[in-house]
Amino acid sequence: MSVTAPTALPARPSGRASAFWHRLRSGDDIAYVITLTCALTILALAVLLVFELFRNSALPREKFGWSFLSGTTWDPVVGQYGALPFIYGTVVTSALALLMGIPLGVGAAIFLAELAPTKISNGLTFLIELLAAVPSVIFGLLGIFVLVPALVAIEPAIRAVLGWTPLFSGPFYGVSLFSAGVVLTVMIIPFIISISREVILAVPTEQREGALALGATKWETTWNVVLPFAKKGIMGSIFLALARSLGETMAVTMVIGNEPKIHESLFAPGYSIAAVIANNFAEASDSLEKGALIELGLVLFGLTIIINGLARVLVLSTTRKGAS
Amino acid sequence: MLSLTGVCTFLAVGTLLFVLGYLFFHGGTSLTWDFFTKLPTPVGESGGGMANALLGSAKLLLLASCIGIPIGFLGGVYLAEFGGSSFSFVVRYTTDLLNGVPSIVIGIFAYTLIVLPQGHFSTLSGGLALGVMMIPIAIRSSEDFLKAVPVSLREGAMALGASKAKTIFTVVIPAAKAGLITGIMLNVARVAGETAPLIFTAFGNRYWSPGWDQPTAALPVMIYTYAISPYPDWKQQAWSAGFVLLMLVLAINVFARMILSKRGHVAR
Amino acid sequence: MTRRVFIVNAALVATLTVGAASAQQVLINAGGATFPYPIYSKWFDEYHKKFSNIAINYASIGSGGGIAQVTAGTVDFGASDGPMTDAAIKEFQDKRGSAILHFPTVLGADVPTYNIPGVTASLNFTGEALAGIFLGKITKWNDPEIANANPGVKLPSNNIVVVHRSDNSGTTYIWTDYLSKASKDWEMKVGRGTGVNWPVGLGGKGNEGVSGSIQQTANSVGYVELAYAIQNKMTYGKVKNAAGEFVQASLASVTAAAAGMKEMPEDFRVSITNPPGKGVYPIASFTWLLIPSKISDPAKKKAIKDFLGWMLADGQKMTEALLYAPLPKAVVTKELKAIDKIQ
Repeated sequence: MSVTAPTALPARPSGRASAFWHRLRSGDDIAYVITLTCALTILALAVLLVFELFRNSALPREKFGWSFLSGTTWDPVVGQYGALPFIYGTVVTSALALLMGIPLGVGAAIFLAELAPTKISNGLTFLIELLAAVPSVIFGLLGIFVLVPALVAIEPAIRAVLGWTPLFSGPFYGVSLFSAGVVLTVMIIPFIISISREVILAVPTEQREGALALGATKWETTWNVVLPFAKKGIMGSIFLALARSLGETMAVTMVIGNEPKIHESLFAPGYSIAAVIANNFAEASDSLEKGALIELGLVLFGLTIIINGLARVLVLSTTRKGAS
Repeated sequence: MLSLTGVCTFLAVGTLLFVLGYLFFHGGTSLTWDFFTKLPTPVGESGGGMANALLGSAKLLLLASCIGIPIGFLGGVYLAEFGGSSFSFVVRYTTDLLNGVPSIVIGIFAYTLIVLPQGHFSTLSGGLALGVMMIPIAIRSSEDFLKAVPVSLREGAMALGASKAKTIFTVVIPAAKAGLITGIMLNVARVAGETAPLIFTAFGNRYWSPGWDQPTAALPVMIYTYAISPYPDWKQQAWSAGFVLLMLVLAINVFARMILSKRGHVAR
Repeated sequence: MTRRVFIVNAALVATLTVGAASAQQVLINAGGATFPYPIYSKWFDEYHKKFSNIAINYASIGSGGGIAQVTAGTVDFGASDGPMTDAAIKEFQDKRGSAILHFPTVLGADVPTYNIPGVTASLNFTGEALAGIFLGKITKWNDPEIANANPGVKLPSNNIVVVHRSDNSGTTYIWTDYLSKASKDWEMKVGRGTGVNWPVGLGGKGNEGVSGSIQQTANSVGYVELAYAIQNKMTYGKVKNAAGEFVQASLASVTAAAAGMKEMPEDFRVSITNPPGKGVYPIASFTWLLIPSKISDPAKKKAIKDFLGWMLADGQKMTEALLYAPLPKAVVTKELKAIDKIQ
């Protein structure tokens, strides 16, 4: 495999390790093979995971079949299990988290990338990334002891503005789908802000200058030129955030109320798939319950496929060319 | 409109400062040197610490990073540079799916694949479970940042006669470096706080855990165990541990940026 | 740059791999119930101080986890708040080729705790009242079933908010076991288990979640472990026992519940909710260590048998300080004999 090296090369130290690096760096084929293998591991992992989930949920699948998806009872004592309330809770809380998190996150990213002075921007982003490291259980504790009383205090205000919709009706005990949505928002914001900011910063200055030269205001430049350029990266961060909110366990289970029933109101308690698995797996009383929890994991996987698919369709329809 | 973005930032940063401040006041102010050097003591006895959990978390993160980051990063390189259309689409889709799997399911997965055949819990299985969690995040974020490098840079390098691989490794990656490091740090940060996968793999340990073959304590698991206990003394330690975990991640962040950049800070 | 990364990585791996177990160190792994974790960690620590070459590492992964892991052989012994079912015992037999022995260690109890504005007294609850509340049949605090047991206390007419555990746990098992004995209605509609299909109520995760919810919600009622209620200075009510007395849970009344039991079966698997006798608290239970009857490693076998002997003597003296009720003497004597069953 011969390579046409450019004339001016930086000096490299000699030795076998560096010879290997040299071949790697200039060998297209090797690079292709290695990176392809790594990409394939993802597929291998996913297949293996689904296989394991499928295998270990054989018991309840035989017993319930497709009615598992529409069942609304979760009764370990008589061995009756159904997934619908959990599907509902997962979808609602993640939707809430994205609805609140995307504007907040992207807005903050724009501010940090375009308007804030560099040092402040770097410092604040550094700190925001730290939020991603706060363990889920601490968010859960903060949720119970700080967020829930705070929400109880401002609930009358929310009810005054939005109480006419069935979404905000009914009694409010602090723990609810809404509280879980808020906690999830706080947990996904670091991903959105951090990645979006980096991607916005990577937009070449010429693009901005071009727009400004044509007479656009700063906001028009940002909205019409910079953001579309950075769109793919921002979308990527949103998918990451969505994934996190679908799979979050500890924090959610501490503030969602853990009631496996479907209520219209966001003020009512609910339950999510990840939360019920985390709550019950360690103590599951028998193989049927364990199997049912694993089947819920499989259901979540299926749910993620559908939600991701819908999101991609949405993105495709708003992009001029190409898939994300 | 722009001022609205300022409001968003204010809300986001405000929440963050609140969380950090709360952790500091509840956990940081009661930190003693014992915390970093002593083993845990039973409830009611003072002078205990979480030294073994600190070391355990460090080992787990190291192993997880050695597995998750290279595989994820190189996978991201593939998607960004070599990817065709349909195969890449499938890989990307699958990555997003894996990202959404609850951490407890990954823990059960690692338990079935590693702990059961081995017959015992170990640091190795914990590190592998965390590593598996890191791969999809690494792929996604690497691809994002590599794609953000303008095509003009790539074209310039190739116009000078560089092969594709050389372009990638000597031009594109250094140009995306700031973002790539951010992605890695976010990844490590997220995985550092994960509890559920470790319960079924690393198990926990009240004593020191030499090597990689025995169960080990980890900070997030200790936090969880202590926080749900009835004892104010243990709950206090849980908050301290939460604060220390954050500081550990901060330290890794700073350390990594120092090593991986030429000038001691990532220039912009 | 790459060189620097390699060097640092190599150094890190080297330092973190250092350390070998000292000679003759016996490391025993165990896992199971969360409820007795504080007293177990105290015992294992004290034992390690006495015999520094024996390290028993216990992790609280839940009663179900304890049963699962000891059956899978990944831990040397397990622990559970509820006794293993016959099916689970058979599964252990099939998988590990020996029997599994139950050894009670301490006693625990569930107490009804509540948050009613204006009420600071310790309320009296009958079994029927508790069952009715948790079934959703009794909906107001001034319901006759509750009011009649509490003459002199002004109960409001507010709606009761029920709080229960969302996660499966031994605490729930004890509570539902008691309610099943106190009310045929409950037994038929809901039954007993570590997790049940609750007719009404919010779910809190762990004792923490339940007590947190109760503190934040007016007119709420729920159940938590006695140790938890005492540690956090919560108000909790008295429960009517089979002899007709309203008894407040305390270490003494809980030990009395175990002592009041007529016949202790050979395998120690027994429920002691709602027992006969005076001064007994009706919502109590043993918690057990699950030990295989055949242990192949001689060092581990000796360590475990010695530990059990120590636990039944010196260990029992440490329980009250941590708010666990010690075992009654008759049970201790029987257990000491049962240790010989471990081969």
